[in-house]
Amino acid sequence: QLPTGLYKKVLVILHDSVLPYMNEPTLMMDFLTVAYGIGGAISLLALNGLFILIHQHNLEYPDFYKKLYNLLDPSIYHVKYRARFFHLTDLFLSSSHLPAYLVAAFIKRLSRLALTAPPEALLMIIPFICNLFRRHPACRVLVHRPGGPADMSEDPYVMEEEEPSKSRALESSLWEIQSLQSHYHPDVAKAAAVLNQSLSEMEDDISGLLELSAYELFDKEVKKKAVDVPLEFEQVRGLFGKKNDIFAEHFSLD
Amino acid sequence: SNPFEVKVNRQKFDILGRKTKNDVGLPGVSRSKAIKKRNQTLLKEYKEREKTNVFKDKRFGEYNTKITPEEKMIRRFALERQQNYGKKNIYNLNEEEELTHYGQSLAEIEKLNDIVDSDSDTEEKGTLSAELTAAHFGGGGGLLRKKVSSEQQDEEEEKPKSRKELIEEMIAKSKQEKQERQTRRESALELTEKLDKDWKEIQTLIAHKTPKSERKDKEVEKPKPDEYDMIVRELGFEMKAKPSERLKTEEELAKEEQARLQKLEADRLRRMRGIDEEANKKRPSHMSADDLADGFILDKDDRRLLSYKDGKINIENEEEKEEDEAEEEEEDEAEEEDNEDEEESQEESASENEEDDAADSHSDLESDLESEEEAAGNKEEKKHKENENESQNVEKSDPKREAAKSELPYTFAVPESYETFKSLLAGRTIEEQLIILERIQKCNHPSLAVGNKAKLEKLFGFLLEYVGELATLDLPELRTIDRLVLPLYNLCQMFPEAASDSIRFILRDAAHDLEEVIEVKGRATYPGLDTLIYLKIVSLLFPTSDFWHPVVTPAFIYMSQLLTKCRITTLQDVIKGLFICCLFLEYVSLSRRFVPELINFLLGVLHISLPKKQAQGYTVVHPFTPVGKNLELLLVCDKEDLKSWEKQNVPLSIVTRLKEASRTEINHTRLSCLALCFDLIKKCAALYESLPSFHEIMHPVRILLTQHVPVNEYPEKMQEWYHSALKELENKVKHYTPLICEKKKPVPLKQYTPKIVKVLEFGRKQAGSKKEQERKQLIQRHKRELKGAIREIRKDNQYLARMQLSEIMERDSARKRKVKELLGSLATQEGEWKAMKRNKWKN
Repeated sequence: QLPTGLYKKVLVILHDSVLPYMNEPTLMMDFLTVAYGIGGAISLLALNGLFILIHQHNLEYPDFYKKLYNLLDPSIYHVKYRARFFHLTDLFLSSSHLPAYLVAAFIKRLSRLALTAPPEALLMIIPFICNLFRRHPACRVLVHRPGGPADMSEDPYVMEEEEPSKSRALESSLWEIQSLQSHYHPDVAKAAAVLNQSLSEMEDDISGLLELSAYELFDKEVKKKAVDVPLEFEQVRGLFGKKNDIFAEHFSLD
Repeated sequence: SNPFEVKVNRQKFDILGRKTKNDVGLPGVSRSKAIKKRNQTLLKEYKEREKTNVFKDKRFGEYNTKITPEEKMIRRFALERQQNYGKKNIYNLNEEEELTHYGQSLAEIEKLNDIVDSDSDTEEKGTLSAELTAAHFGGGGGLLRKKVSSEQQDEEEEKPKSRKELIEEMIAKSKQEKQERQTRRESALELTEKLDKDWKEIQTLIAHKTPKSERKDKEVEKPKPDEYDMIVRELGFEMKAKPSERLKTEEELAKEEQARLQKLEADRLRRMRGIDEEANKKRPSHMSADDLADGFILDKDDRRLLSYKDGKINIENEEEKEEDEAEEEEEDEAEEEDNEDEEESQEESASENEEDDAADSHSDLESDLESEEEAAGNKEEKKHKENENESQNVEKSDPKREAAKSELPYTFAVPESYETFKSLLAGRTIEEQLIILERIQKCNHPSLAVGNKAKLEKLFGFLLEYVGELATLDLPELRTIDRLVLPLYNLCQMFPEAASDSIRFILRDAAHDLEEVIEVKGRATYPGLDTLIYLKIVSLLFPTSDFWHPVVTPAFIYMSQLLTKCRITTLQDVIKGLFICCLFLEYVSLSRRFVPELINFLLGVLHISLPKKQAQGYTVVHPFTPVGKNLELLLVCDKEDLKSWEKQNVPLSIVTRLKEASRTEINHTRLSCLALCFDLIKKCAALYESLPSFHEIMHPVRILLTQHVPVNEYPEKMQEWYHSALKELENKVKHYTPLICEKKKPVPLKQYTPKIVKVLEFGRKQAGSKKEQERKQLIQRHKRELKGAIREIRKDNQYLARMQLSEIMERDSARKRKVKELLGSLATQEGEWKAMKRNKWKN
């Protein structure tokens, strides 16, 4: 019932400036539920207030995880509130009493979406997924299925399914992370390669990675000291002079 | 020695093979040695502790071992001569310079004084003379002079006179002497001239006679030295012929070239896989004697690599080599010229030396003459060679280039600032600019002078800046940039570090600007054409397939930022974005790395080519939005434009130029962009088909292509592009194999085979690696030295204290003695006085 900009502003400050000072925080229940149902960035923001209500005021929210699962779409890796959202998601998924199918569905969906994510988000989500594997060893079939069928023609996981229990995530494997092992960013490729080996016992600390920005990433790379600089050995013959140069096909130097 | 002076350290246990140094000692001897040494050093220092005078040896080159003693003596002699020469000038009053006082020459004043003195004997004369003396000798204090003037006038009259007379006498004497000297010199000159004349007469006689007479010491005057001698010397000075490698056949050369390329390619592959780092990390540690299969060996499959460069490249390289050789010859020429200059100057200096040393012995003359002749011979030879070279060069170089060269100066200094660099290239054609750059590189090759390396490294930065400026012009001179890439490449090959640094600097600036704009405005715009060109140049200069590269990796991240952060509002933005997509594809063409941003962007571009409606079955991500402004950027509705479209290359200048084009042209550009997008999708599909989740990655693109793109409305050419892209997407087999973790390497059981270590020295700990051992040894040595030093210092202090004590004792005893003496004398005095008193009493 509010305009979108106002909604966002209210929700951003709700959890730490409004809720703690209310006598009856549960009064906000309806407002937050409605906001959660709207979808997009507003849902992401409403999550924080809802979490406080669930955690401290015994709010029972039916199908919470299903809704959370459906919040995941390609934009979550690109939006401004990424850090906040993943911080909460980490909290929600930290319980070891969650069923394996649910966690597997989350893992599969997150990694599927990661195929469109920028490197700074990838550097965060891969350790995140690793942590989920550590908490829920039952999900490890996603990366290690020794006795499975040799060849499959289709990924059993159903991306479009809204119900996590029916998404057949546990029958699938994490081919997405395997694809990311050939990502162009060396750190991402290294992080993805970790899943090839058996994981260590300790969880990774992702709190520092949540706020990672693309510029920080660039800065880190540019400041690295190189011992020696490998050079192109093919002699240049002009700006577009390489063999099979894509540019020569489509651009002209006029 | 005396057995009572020997101290024996008793060993508790005798151990075989152990050598002990300190089993027998001579404490007395060593102590006396130490005291003696201290007497010579410490005591000396102690005694001279408050004396600050220092002896400095300022003799020329006394401690310089590089100069031979002979040379040293010569230099010293020269210095001495110089000093004397300077001094003579200062103190020689009589020579040339005329001393003046108030504009009149002193000599005349003196004469005048003489006259005054002789003429008048007035009282004033006294005061005047006093003034004169004051002027000449500074005079006494004012008081003194007053006294003198008032009281002792009479006596004074005589004194100045006498002084003046003395001076006069001196002047007269010196003048006389000077005259005498001059006459003597003249006579000597006359004599020498006469002698020379005589000598010449005799010389001609001798020269005529010597061929017949067989006197050895006159051999020098031979008009021509022996032919044999000449040959011998020539042989001596000629470069010894070295056994060179035999000339290789074409096949062998080709094979070598191939091997080199193969090696480089293998190197590149290794870097691409990022194996370097892992290999460094994985140092096989000592496990046990049986543990063998530990370090893994890479097998490089080189066969695949050969397929994509053969033949052509080799030939080209050979051509380049030839060119290089020609250039080297040019360089050699220049060097030879330089050498000649040096030699000439040397000869000149030598002849000067000859003039200086008039009294030289005959033998010296001989050698000088010989050397001169040799030098002349060498010179001739060189000139000959030069001519040959020149003729060769003329034959080789084509006339056109020659003409261009003739206008330009041949040597260039490396410009110090960007402004001078720009002015150097301003107004020149591309060819001339290239030649200028080439010559700058040649003239300032790092092997020629020390500072050249830094200068040329700067040149790379200037060149980059210049390229950027050319690209930001309203009408970008891309053709020039196209040619300038070659010198950039060459400089980069010479100075990889500096080049990478300057490119990284540019990238950092660009990324910084982007970040600032994002922070201020919340969204970014695409950078200018210069940045795009820089990114393209990166791909030319550096291998983009490396796992990690100091320049390429930041460039990757920067490009990814551009594709994800920059808003697309105009057609230019779309073109720039597509350019970056091409860059991405080129960067990963060898390494086949996965770039999500690329697929996202292509999907977005397809999306904005569709008519506005709710996107279904796929989602576009930032910077594209499913609904809102800036949609339909690539949508073309005009049927005629659709029909008349021909696929053409997009001119890059469109990026900077504002739209002057007509609607039709714009529409055509849009269609070209779309075609480019289809082609890129096709290439991506070909590139990523090996990825296990290829279908998931391409899923949205496929849905968009099959369900939303209005194929039938497109012209036929476009349909071809479309279908080829779609075909590439469709005909991939879906193929999934369940993941299996790498098996952990089984931890080998601990074996009880003994570890065998070579024992180098007994009584030492052997544990640890070689480095560790070295470190330990160093620590121990340091400890030992420290202890020794402390002991020495302690002993020094003891010695000094002893010395001071003995000094004090001496002083005290002397004082005691004196006091005793005094007291004694006093006592005797007292005694005497008392005795006298007593006597008085008695008396």
